[in-house]
This record gives sequence, structure tokens and C-alpha cells, in this order.
Amino acid sequence: MKTTRTFFQRLRSYYLLFTGGFVCFLISLAALEQEGMPRVWIGYLFMFATIVLYASIGVLSRTSNVLEYYVAGRRVPAMFNGMATAADWISAASFISLAGGLYLHGFDGLAYIMGWTGGYCLVALLIAPYLRKFSQYTIPDFLAERYGGAANPDGRGGRAVRVLAVIATIIVSFTYVVAQIYAVGLIASRFTGVDFSVGIFLGLASILVCSFLGGMRAITWTQVAQYIIILVAFLIPAIWLSAKHSDNPIPQVAYGKLLPKLSARENVLQNDPKEAEVRAIFRQRAADYQARINTLPASWEAGRIDAQRKLDSIKLRNTSLLEIRSVERALIAYPKSADEALRLWSDARDQNLVRAEPITPHATPYPGDPATSDIKRNNFLALVFCLMLGTAALPHILMRSYTTPSVHETRVSVFWTLFFILLIYLTIPALAVLVKYDIYNALVGIDYQHLPNWVSYWTNVDKLNPLFSIADVNRDGIVQLAEITIDADVLVLATPEIAGLPYVISGLVAAGGLAAALSTADGLLLAISNALSHDVYYKLVDRGASTQKRVTISKLLLLAVAFIAAYAASTKPGDILSLVGAAFSLAGSTLFPALVLGVFWKRANHQGAIAGMVVGFVVCVYYMLHTNPILGGAAAGQWFHIAPISAGIFGVPAGLLAIVGVSLLTRPPDRQTQALVDYIRAPEK
Amino acid sequence: MVSRPITRAQHWQKTRRLTSLLLILWLLTTFCAAFFARELTGLSVFGWPLSFYLAAQGASLVYLAIIVVYAWRMRRLDQAAAAQEPRA
Repeated sequence: MKTTRTFFQRLRSYYLLFTGGFVCFLISLAALEQEGMPRVWIGYLFMFATIVLYASIGVLSRTSNVLEYYVAGRRVPAMFNGMATAADWISAASFISLAGGLYLHGFDGLAYIMGWTGGYCLVALLIAPYLRKFSQYTIPDFLAERYGGAANPDGRGGRAVRVLAVIATIIVSFTYVVAQIYAVGLIASRFTGVDFSVGIFLGLASILVCSFLGGMRAITWTQVAQYIIILVAFLIPAIWLSAKHSDNPIPQVAYGKLLPKLSARENVLQNDPKEAEVRAIFRQRAADYQARINTLPASWEAGRIDAQRKLDSIKLRNTSLLEIRSVERALIAYPKSADEALRLWSDARDQNLVRAEPITPHATPYPGDPATSDIKRNNFLALVFCLMLGTAALPHILMRSYTTPSVHETRVSVFWTLFFILLIYLTIPALAVLVKYDIYNALVGIDYQHLPNWVSYWTNVDKLNPLFSIADVNRDGIVQLAEITIDADVLVLATPEIAGLPYVISGLVAAGGLAAALSTADGLLLAISNALSHDVYYKLVDRGASTQKRVTISKLLLLAVAFIAAYAASTKPGDILSLVGAAFSLAGSTLFPALVLGVFWKRANHQGAIAGMVVGFVVCVYYMLHTNPILGGAAAGQWFHIAPISAGIFGVPAGLLAIVGVSLLTRPPDRQTQALVDYIRAPEK
Repeated sequence: MVSRPITRAQHWQKTRRLTSLLLILWLLTTFCAAFFARELTGLSVFGWPLSFYLAAQGASLVYLAIIVVYAWRMRRLDQAAAAQEPRA
């Protein structure tokens, strides 16, 4: 007891020191910026300072002890475990895109806030304490032991269960880790100007030094540091904006006052004739595209000849080279065939239609006519439950319940996890409202001569997929709301500039986004490589491997997985990225029923678990393939109009039913398994 | 303060009861906040429409409270069970 106490105190003073050091670093950079240090240097300094920091924590906590490598020696105090899990949990998507998503979707985006916090109730009540009592290394470990089956009494039972669990772990974690590494590349390339793939490999280096040398132990201590950076980076701009607009520096409290004002402003803009004019222009453009689509292929032929003729006439007229270039480009970009024209023009029509939509009221739940509104409500509910069930089945989060000193500490650690997550997650909706308020009041209505600097900066960041675009559609010289488009990914990164903060805060926010992506990637890579090394290699291939060999194999596999993931990310796979949300449904459908029934229903057996995992997985994947247009499905195939991202709402019950049905039809589990269940349920001594 | 000793079977029974109680609370919070969001819009707390407040903060704070209650009650139950079974 005494040693853990002093250990806790020592850790606390280390991290207080670290936080102090970090604040000094910020202040000195701010001073340097005042002295005129160029922006790109600030970007470099942030990037390298944080990566060096993570790497040195990794070097300091290097280890080749099995217990340390897999579960950080089971001595991480609850509070620090909570911080590390929070960093593990807050991914690049939460940090960078979630506030932007709320900005764009208003109330309906709050499903993510509810789902991603409510899942921890399930973790705390149903899974984490029992896993800790079980005291092994991975999630497949638990499932294999619990559903071992009487067939192989030599302790090698549960092969099939273990293999299924490993496959589920890898599928779920891999899509997720690719998205994190992609985000690392994106942030690094935006803020330091290095190439996208160079950014990926820089980030990869810091991930590797950390997890390769010290496994769970190193990533735990790195994640605590990363959490501190995430927190500081997220709160500073929010506090600043909040003080600016409401004289109250606590954004979570202050934005309640702003919300009615925002709604009032929305009403004004909604009834503004200029806004209506812009929306009408977009509707007209959509109608033009529709007309061209209707007369395909003749319209395609006519358009091509027209573009060619325009080029010829402009060349004859001896105009400026610039003008000729732009007409040439238009001809090159012209669809190559009638089929391509159909695709491009349909996309363009849809984009214009979206922009012609009236303003989504921020605070109104499920806007639309009664039928649409009901569908939105059902989807909201389905998404919330899928995210919750998925959270309670994500291997890299559950793995962390093994690392605390006792069952009680695990329960407390889940509390700290949610506490630290909420510090960020309660700020996200506030930030969305604050930025929206700022843009609706400070940007909308000014004239195009006086656009703030950040507008031109962010419109030029990515020419191919503009993150922020603004154009005077109705040529009245004044910014209308309908003339602005904002990508969800840009909101948080641009907030410091929107709020008028110095560039050093922009660098800090980028460092925060980087920390969020790196910490999640660390946890995920470890989850994958542990599943491969511990569950596949040690438990299935070579039972006699020495502990030294096990750790070495694990490190090599980590390296291999990391490079595969980095390679996958460097190909910029848009499809994988859009599937990350699906990972939650998949994890929930496959692992959640088996984990929970394993503890709470003694009768669940080997055959039931296999059936449950397979059925849950198949139902979930079938629904996604059937309804997701990216995977070749069609929205028409939806059941009860539920979107493919919420496939788990069908997968989880199917998995539960399969476990119950098949277990009841086959023999009850043997006495050994029953004793194991009794053991994990028993109170801690 | 050490609570009244309980047996292992009683411990599990109480654990189950606590777990199901808190899960029902969890389910009700989630379901009501989402399902009745439109109906709750008219009410307001500290400036927020109630539905927005619940989805953005209220529900999450309830979840946190659920975990606190669980950790606290389970510790009491564990201590009570430990008092029954002398340390081996």
C-alpha cells in the first residue's frame, strides 16, 4: 500500500513538472513569435518537440519483461490509467472532426457525444472489473478461456473462439489505425509543409520508438503526457472564444446563453432575401445539371463541341495566355464519355442541391417533416446504441482494464477515464456553438473587400478538396451564409485563427491533434500486435516459447503491422476512412454478446460463443454491404431506414440470440468453466 | 466503517441487483433523451433547450454518476464480503 502511494505521488510530481515545462515552452514560443519568428518554424518546433518528447518517454520506459510489456506491470494507478485510456480513446476523429460535425449537423450530431460517453457505463458495469479479476493479457485470452469447451482438456481449448476473437480484433483495430496514421500525415503536412508521406513516417517513427521499446508500459506513460497536451490544446481556444462572446471563460457553462442568440440569428438569416437569392442560384444550377443529364448523350456531345469551339475562338481573338489556359483546363476537365458525364453531373447536381437547402437550425432535434423527423430520430437512437455497444467491445480500450493494481482500481479507473473524456467531450458542443456564433456574426454580412486573413489561408490549403470555400455567388459584394462551405475537418484546426489568437495556439492545436492521433494509434497497434503475438504465436503456435522470445516476436510483429498500416494510409484510401465509423458496429456485434454473456450467463458455452460471434459478424457485414453505396449496396435495401453505420443495431441482438439459442441446444459448459465464472464473479479479497 | 458481513452468494446477488438497477437508469436516460427530444425542446434549463442540454451534457453527466455509484457501492459490497471470508 505504501509503495503504491509513493509511486502515485512520484508520478504526480513528474506530470506536474511536465505540465509546467510545457506551459513554459508555450510562453517562450509566444514570446519568440512576438519577436518575429516565422510561422513555419513554430510548426516545426511543435512537431519535433512533441515527437522527441514521446520518443524519450518511450526510451525511458523501455522493457522486455512480459508483464511490463503486455500490461504495464499491473501497477498503473487508477487516475493515470484513466488519463491514458482517455488519450487512447480520443482519436483524431474526436479531436479534429467531431466539433466540425456538430457545427454542420447541429443536434443530430450529438449522437456521437452520447454514444461515446454512455458506452463507458457498459464497460464499467459489465466488462472491465471482470476482465481485471480474470487477470490475463488480451481480450481473446478471456474469450478462449471462458468458452474453452470440453473437447480439449489439455488447456488448449477454445482455439476456434480465440481465432475468431483475434480476427475480430484485427479487423476492427486495423481500419481504425489506418485512419489515425492518415490524420498524422495530414496534420504534419499542413503545419510543417513536409510531404504527406514524410509526415506519416515521422509520426510512425514516434509511435514505434514508444511502443516498440516499452509496449504497454511505455505507451501508458506517453499517453498520460499526450492527454495533457490534448486537454490544453482543446481548452485554450474554447475558453478564449467563450470569454470573447459571453464574458464567461467556462465554455461548457457559457454557451447556454449563446444558443438562443444563435437561434435568433439563424432565423434572421433564414428570412434574409439575399440568402434566398443565393440558394435560388444553387437550385437553378442543380436544375441545369439535371436538364443536361436528362438529354444525355446529346448534351455531352454538344458541350464538348462547345468547349472546343470556345477554345478555338479565344485563340483566334489573341487574348491573354491566362485566359487561354483556363479555357484549356475546362476542356481537359470535361467528361471523357457520356457515362462519366452522368456520374460527374449527378455529383455536381447533388452538391448544388445540398447548398440550396435552408439553414439547419442548430438546437432543433430532428428537423424536417414528421416522417423524415421520425427516421432521423430512429437513426439517432440506433447510432447512439451502436456507438455504446461498440465502445464496450473495442479491444484497445478493454485491454487497459488489465493494467491496474486491483479490481477496485479498475472500477475507479473507468470513472477517471470518463471524467477525462468528458473534460473534452463537454467542450466539443460548446466549441461548435461558439465558432458558429462567431462565423454567423463576424463573417456573414461583411463585404468581400474585408475578408479576414484566415479565410484566404484556409481556402488555399488543399486545392483539390477545398476545406473552406467562399465565393460571391450572387455578386453583391457581401458574404452570405449560403456562399460559405466548411469541411468538418477544418473547424478545430482553424479555430485559433477564427478567434484571432496568435499563431502559436494554432501550432498547439495541431500538436494536440497529433497527440490524439498518435496516442490512439499506439493503443491500436499494441492491440493488434498483442493479438498476433500472444494469441496466435504463443497460444496457438509455440506453447513452449520463452518469455524473452515472446516479447521479441511481439516487437517484430508490431513493427510489421505498423509499416503495413502506414503503407495503407499513404495510399490515401478514402474508402477505408469512411468505414471507421463502421468499426463500432462491427466490434459491438462480434465481441459484445460473447463478453457479457461470458460473465453473466453461466450456461453460455463453446458452441454458443462461436455461433454468436459468427452470426453477429455476418449480420453486421451483410447489412453494411447491402446498404452502403461505397461497398456496392443501395440505400433502398435499408431495414426500417436505418443507416449502414448503425448495422450493429441488428448485429448485436442477432449475436445475443445466436449465443442463447445454440448454447441451450448443446451441452452446458464443463465444471472447470463454471468454476472460472464463479471465480471472476467473486469479490476481491 | 465495515458493513454487515455477507456471503459470496449474497454478494453476487447484490452485485446483479445493483448492475441491473444502474443499467435500467442508463437505458432510460439514453432512450428518453433521444426519443422525446422533440417534446422536450420547449422546456429550457439555464438558457439551453432541455433536449439539447440533455444530449450535449446532461446524459453524459448521468453516465458519470452511474459509474461513481457503481464503484462506491461495489467497494462496500466487496468489503462486506471480505469481512465474511477471513483472509486465506
